[in-house]
Amino acid sequence: MNEQASAPRVRTRRQSLISITKRPAVPFVRAVAVRAVAILAALVIAGVVTILLTGENPISVYVTMFEGAFGSGPIIWKTFQDIAILLCTSLAVTPAFRMRFWNIGAEGQVLAGCLACAYAMYRFGGVIPEWLLMIIMAVFSVLAGAIFGLIPAVFKANWNTNETLFTLMMNYIAIQLVEFFLKIADKSGSNTVGPSILSHGWYPTLFGQKYLLNIIVAAVLTVLIFFYLNYTKHGYEISVVGESENTARYIGINVKKVIIRTMILSGAICGLVGLLIVGGTSHSIDSNIVGGRGFTAIMVSWLAKFNPVMMTLTSFLLVFLERGAGEVSTKFGFNASFSDIISGIILFFIIGCEFFINYQVHINAGRKRAGEPEKEVSGQ
Amino acid sequence: MQETGKTAGAPALELRNITKRFGSVIANDRVSMELRRGEILAILGENGSGKTTLMNMIAGIYRQDEGEIFIDGKEAVINSPKDSHEYGVGMIHQHFKLIDVFTAAENIILGIKDGKRYNIKAASEKVREISSKYGFVIDPEKKIYAMSVSEKQTVEIIKVLYRGADILILDEPTAVLTPQETERLFDVLRRMREDGKSIIIITHKLHEVMEISDRVTVLRKGAYVGTVNTSETNEQALTDMMVGQKVELNIERTPPAKDYDRLIVEHLCMSSPSHDGVKILNDISFRARAGEILGIAGISGSGQRELLETIAGLHAADSGKITYLHHKTGELVNLRAKTPLQIRDLGIRLSFVPEDRLGMGLVGNMDIIDNMMLRSYKRGRGLFVDRQPPKDLAERIIDSLQVSTPGPKTQVRKLSGGNVQKVLVGREIAEAPSVLMAAYPVRGLDINSSYMIYRLLNEQKEKGVAVIFVGEDLDVLLALCDRIMVISQGTVTGMLDGRTAKKEEVGLLMTKGANGGAVNAPERETGSETEVKSKDE
Repeated sequence: MNEQASAPRVRTRRQSLISITKRPAVPFVRAVAVRAVAILAALVIAGVVTILLTGENPISVYVTMFEGAFGSGPIIWKTFQDIAILLCTSLAVTPAFRMRFWNIGAEGQVLAGCLACAYAMYRFGGVIPEWLLMIIMAVFSVLAGAIFGLIPAVFKANWNTNETLFTLMMNYIAIQLVEFFLKIADKSGSNTVGPSILSHGWYPTLFGQKYLLNIIVAAVLTVLIFFYLNYTKHGYEISVVGESENTARYIGINVKKVIIRTMILSGAICGLVGLLIVGGTSHSIDSNIVGGRGFTAIMVSWLAKFNPVMMTLTSFLLVFLERGAGEVSTKFGFNASFSDIISGIILFFIIGCEFFINYQVHINAGRKRAGEPEKEVSGQ
Repeated sequence: MQETGKTAGAPALELRNITKRFGSVIANDRVSMELRRGEILAILGENGSGKTTLMNMIAGIYRQDEGEIFIDGKEAVINSPKDSHEYGVGMIHQHFKLIDVFTAAENIILGIKDGKRYNIKAASEKVREISSKYGFVIDPEKKIYAMSVSEKQTVEIIKVLYRGADILILDEPTAVLTPQETERLFDVLRRMREDGKSIIIITHKLHEVMEISDRVTVLRKGAYVGTVNTSETNEQALTDMMVGQKVELNIERTPPAKDYDRLIVEHLCMSSPSHDGVKILNDISFRARAGEILGIAGISGSGQRELLETIAGLHAADSGKITYLHHKTGELVNLRAKTPLQIRDLGIRLSFVPEDRLGMGLVGNMDIIDNMMLRSYKRGRGLFVDRQPPKDLAERIIDSLQVSTPGPKTQVRKLSGGNVQKVLVGREIAEAPSVLMAAYPVRGLDINSSYMIYRLLNEQKEKGVAVIFVGEDLDVLLALCDRIMVISQGTVTGMLDGRTAKKEEVGLLMTKGANGGAVNAPERETGSETEVKSKDE
């Protein structure tokens, strides 16, 4: 036995170079300052990368970026429309996330809403009065989203299936259902069913602004979800189930019921987003109409730490990056990947700075103390 | 191994001015101490006195902020558990770090890089060799999930011996053992000492310190208090050193306040939902009276937790009755197959302090106010929660139970163990219960917090509440409870009067019908547990 242990090796390294400790509490000002520095650093690095890769002046690239999102009235409206849709989708997934139910099926749930809306327009358009059609479209969309949310929830609640895989697979079902609808609605074999077929049940434009309705819905929804999550009994139950199912059972919360109820809500809001997309703006449908926003919404929600008010900022950030970088690619004639590189750098810094907000890094070089004489410690 | 400088009595391990901070909290403040070769040194201190933190620095889990560690007179730089192994230090942690689906031998050789080929047979052989040398009984081919707690601990000990450790650190090794298992562990430790190993044992239990150790080092609030020879001290002196002030060791016990039954459990059976057919509770019958403390003693995992959880409505019983008796009206209310909310709706105030405080009783990430609201959020009409009453309650509890917290908006997980428990017990008592069940309510608490909990339980008893107390420290059970029910493997093996029962008697009943689980225990037999009944005594 004893022969096993070898004598300790001689060490030259006295202490590890870097040590990391968690900060006990972070003042608000400090958190803001760290984030500001991070954004600044991101812009500098992205600028250097721009010069190295393209030789363009980074300032003009940033100006173009800004113009891409805020260049003119219509562009601003479109930016806010994108924010509205992304924000609504993020608000939809957030109650499920607060419950630690990793719903990554928002894409499919929104698409199901789009499909149900398009189907109502196709089937009843011109047959029934417009006001009735609009109501039916709304009911169909919300129901379709809710059903798409309900199915994985029932399986999770009763048989503890993995909700991440389940909701992901449901996305493909939604895509195939849309493809199926396209075949029926448009016999020409086109992969889009456009406004010429979906010509009825268009939601009204408020004050002549096509996107205003969606923006108002997003604003109202943000407030509603904020209050729902933080100040209602349902919201409290969601938090308890999310934090600890055992505590929920101990208190007597019906965990199954909360999972199912929350996913119906989550899916229903996704369905509503589908209505806004098809009935409110595009009046057309194809299998890619959601365009990955169901997934981007997950990032929006996480970045905002599931806080609906913060999500207005994070959805703004992501839309700004997407639209700005897209404009840069077009205007300077860059490869589309270039805009992804710029967005990636900026996101990396913004997400990475959270570490420096929550943790303190000490560099230990040269801080080794000489042994002090032992101090006498008082005994009893 | 060079034998120079390794004679008994020479310092094997020396700590000089070790300081460790976590944020602004000082866990260890300039601690200096020494472990001699071939001795058993007990480290004694209340919870939060920094014992485990200090040991973790020797084991390479943490790195000290200041100070030096010397092993065999030479300065040791320990940055990782691997470094620690190389210096011949092995730590057996309170929470075992084993892989359930591996065998004992596989766990033992896991992570060893000696440049040789993987040879499980040779490893098993060596495990047997070590076992026979020190008196362990272990089957190297047995899977961890099939093992009792004591067997798992044995695997952990062999694991560090296998790696050639000659300084062993055991962090509260007896917390999970029965008195008999503890005795066997101590025999093993004594044999290791004879073999020249140096051993540090962390424990709360004074009588164990007196029994096993050669010297005792006492820490208080992260600082070194002193070291004494065990033979020259006594329990009272050690307690004084540990708490810094004289602590009355007697728990006050008033006569039962009432004399009628409040909760009647008859022939209760419950099987584990996850493991088919394993009976966790087997024909349990007892009555809890108003105005008394009914203690439940047993080795941990004998079904105490499940018994309370079944009464609280968290598990479905297979058969039997749980009945609540309204004394004034004589009305009997069936509680079986009721959810916690249904029980509340029946107007029965059944409070429950579960074993898992942050995993069941409280939500760690929520603040104190929201945790108060767990019991009351449904109150009031409408969709919205009212945070004012829970806020008032939180402030009342912080004030009356001296919870040390920056305020009611502090997340519960940031509080220390004792304060977490005060919050939980405070909330459950605030419901003005008629039955109060508490599972291990003082586990991990320091002496002062423990006494506060005892006092609160006694107050409830005097108010006429039927208190059910699941405990592990037999001295406390004997001092606090009016009656003590002993269970072993889901069966009641005895009901004793707390005023006259002997500790040995309880210990015996605890292991009655129990088999396996001990260091030297024979192979587990099946079916025998059903045959032992309380009538045998």
